[in-house]
Amino acid sequence: MPSYVITEKCDGCKAQDKTACQYICPNDLMTLNRDLMKAYNQEPEQCWECYNCVKICPQQAIEIRGYQDFNPLGANVIPMRGTDSIMWTIKFRNGILKRFKFPIRTTAEGSVDPYKGKPEADMSKIKQPGYFTHQGAGKTMPVIKK
Amino acid sequence: MEKETCTFSFCKKPAIEEVETDLLLIGGGMACCGAAFEGARWANPKKIKITMVDKAATDRSGAVAMGLSAINTYMGENDPADYVRMVRNDLMGIIREDLVYDLGRHVDDSVQLFEEWGLPIWKVGDDGFSLDGFQAKEAGKASLKDGGKPVRSGKWQIMINGESYKVIVAEAAKKALEANRAATGVTTNHFERVFIVKLYKDAKEPNRVAAAAGFSVRENKIYVFKAKAMVLAAGGAVNVFRPRSTQEGQGRAWYPVWNSGSGYALGLQAGAELTMMENRFVPARFKDGYGPVGAWFLFFKAKATNSLGEDYCAKADALAESKAKYGKYVDALGTAIRNHLMMRDMKLGKGPILMRTDEAMAAINKTFKEKLGDKEGAKKVKHLEAEAWEDFLDMAIGQAGLWAAKNVEPDKTPSEIMPTEPYLLGSHAGCAGFWCSGPDDLGAPKEWHWGYNRMSTVNGLFMCGDICGASGHKFSSGSHAEGRIAAKNAIAFILDHPNYTPTIKETADHLAAELYLPFEVYEKYKTYTTAPEINPNYIKPKMLQTRLQKIADEYFGGISTWYMTSKTMLNEGLKQLQMLKEDTSKMAASNLHELMRCWENYHRILSVEAHARHILFREESRYPGYYYRGDFDLVDDNNWKAFVNSKYDIEKDTWELKKVPYVQLVP
Repeated sequence: MPSYVITEKCDGCKAQDKTACQYICPNDLMTLNRDLMKAYNQEPEQCWECYNCVKICPQQAIEIRGYQDFNPLGANVIPMRGTDSIMWTIKFRNGILKRFKFPIRTTAEGSVDPYKGKPEADMSKIKQPGYFTHQGAGKTMPVIKK
Repeated sequence: MEKETCTFSFCKKPAIEEVETDLLLIGGGMACCGAAFEGARWANPKKIKITMVDKAATDRSGAVAMGLSAINTYMGENDPADYVRMVRNDLMGIIREDLVYDLGRHVDDSVQLFEEWGLPIWKVGDDGFSLDGFQAKEAGKASLKDGGKPVRSGKWQIMINGESYKVIVAEAAKKALEANRAATGVTTNHFERVFIVKLYKDAKEPNRVAAAAGFSVRENKIYVFKAKAMVLAAGGAVNVFRPRSTQEGQGRAWYPVWNSGSGYALGLQAGAELTMMENRFVPARFKDGYGPVGAWFLFFKAKATNSLGEDYCAKADALAESKAKYGKYVDALGTAIRNHLMMRDMKLGKGPILMRTDEAMAAINKTFKEKLGDKEGAKKVKHLEAEAWEDFLDMAIGQAGLWAAKNVEPDKTPSEIMPTEPYLLGSHAGCAGFWCSGPDDLGAPKEWHWGYNRMSTVNGLFMCGDICGASGHKFSSGSHAEGRIAAKNAIAFILDHPNYTPTIKETADHLAAELYLPFEVYEKYKTYTTAPEINPNYIKPKMLQTRLQKIADEYFGGISTWYMTSKTMLNEGLKQLQMLKEDTSKMAASNLHELMRCWENYHRILSVEAHARHILFREESRYPGYYYRGDFDLVDDNNWKAFVNSKYDIEKDTWELKKVPYVQLVP
């Protein structure tokens, strides 16, 4: 289900420090055509349809159309990803519409403080089983009972 | 045939940046994110430098890039010993029980951290129905850490709202790296879009890893990372066998299409011993879209049948026939055996195999309405329908698209399921990977631990996630947990060798020439023909991959032979693979993206070679349903209830294989 970029909507992320889709694509597919200042998918048969480019595009210029070696035409699946939840609109080939909203995170973006309230590592226990979190909380690791 | 070399006579020499660090994390997926979090806590007080290098953007890299709808490994009330029994059962009796138990006793801490960092986890409501992560919070349900009750779709699985799973885990890892920068005064320790091609041994200590070379996928620049230890978690191998899809649908591999066997290739070229590389995974998934079936089987209690409505796993004649060949493992009905039974019916023309989603939904509808009355029952059914769609939308969005394209409403029509092309991996229901040192407190044979947990047979090189072998069923949480174990032990290793400075015998210029060879080849020959794709002097990455897939498929037991191979087939395929390997000195790239594809496919080739050589060595069919040796179509516990380990010699281009005894630790 390769991603495609709608010509009219893509502005090449001119106003941002980087092209969002190019930055995020896990498979290095989204590319900026510098002559046109528009992005495109350079290798559609390597696209996992992970939708990360679709979700990140500030112009909502990217959508997905089904892999044509097995998808009939006419359907689409469109996300709107917010800060704490995501809305999905699924349009069937026969016109049926389904809408869903799901949570995506319970904390504010960027608010993770990984070591807050966590014990320091006890260097004397580095060769014992258990993480610094276990060891700091005085938890011992179970062993196999014969 | 003459080999090509790179002297930068045709392509431009790249800039070279050398980075000196202490612990190098190769990969940015769940395992290395865990390694960054745990590693930095131990490293910071000692001012040990940690550096992460990722071929993509860590927010969305690795196997969890799209998201997940469940965490498949959470012990909770369960005993890790039972987890070992389940994994052993599913992987046909041969696993490293020390590694699996060790993972089981550690993993919950990672899952509890994910929830703390913001991952929404479903909880059981007061009425026994499920609450999503938000509803659970509003209802004041306790967190997992404080005894909150997760919604279990199976004994080991818990349901999540996991669209942002990787983003959340990456945020913690990036903060950990930031803390490490603050502790060590280093300005940069997180490199994205840098693809590692090869590891190099130490010039003075022959069995120690010292450096990793890679290139930027964004600019003409080579990176040489020198490190005292490394945590390698660069994933399994996808698109190594010809896929069922024919054109653009190849992107819809079940496992992430960007997992190019780099984890295996990097380690094996460094001489690390492999184990169980004969193992593979062939998941049965919804046809073409490869959407998950786990929730349908476990959570919605749907049945899979042949087209006649028969449960292919419950037919007396099929079970008796299978038992005659594969023995007691048939009774346990592990994933491989269920695949075998499904394919048996497909070969008898009893397909398509159908997941009876319609019947499952009808049954749920009936129960809910009886229990709750029509109105409330219908409301709960609607909630459940959303949950079914979320299962796809969180982790296989294309499957939702395919159902929409085919007008499939799961409550009205069943859906076809199908065994996929083979994949090589060690964190899901597979166990191909490296032979690693385990914990020393679990009664394992002394040869199974050599001082540092999860260290490979190469000093300083630690393995986790998809490439720590003989220990499958880690999944996302277990990979994070294993990354943490590996990093902690790598820090211990660094502290034990305080006077070590990594040095390699190769110069940076030599490494640059090695990595940029596909550019040199392309620039040298590209004008010889009028169409750059058709040129007798080189091979482009796309065709390299296509040829590999064809060889693997036809000779090593892919879909076109119904996963069947034999000694004669393997030997013929290996001959052809050798020529493909030779041709890699003529792989050609016209841009940085293609340069990455060249080396990714080189990694795929080495992974497949290891796989084929292991299948050839093991003279039985240990994993019926995943692959068959036609010349040894049986599970032969008398001779083969053992690990198969191998070692590659990069200088001589030779392999050594051996049997290693299996030892049962959990009764």
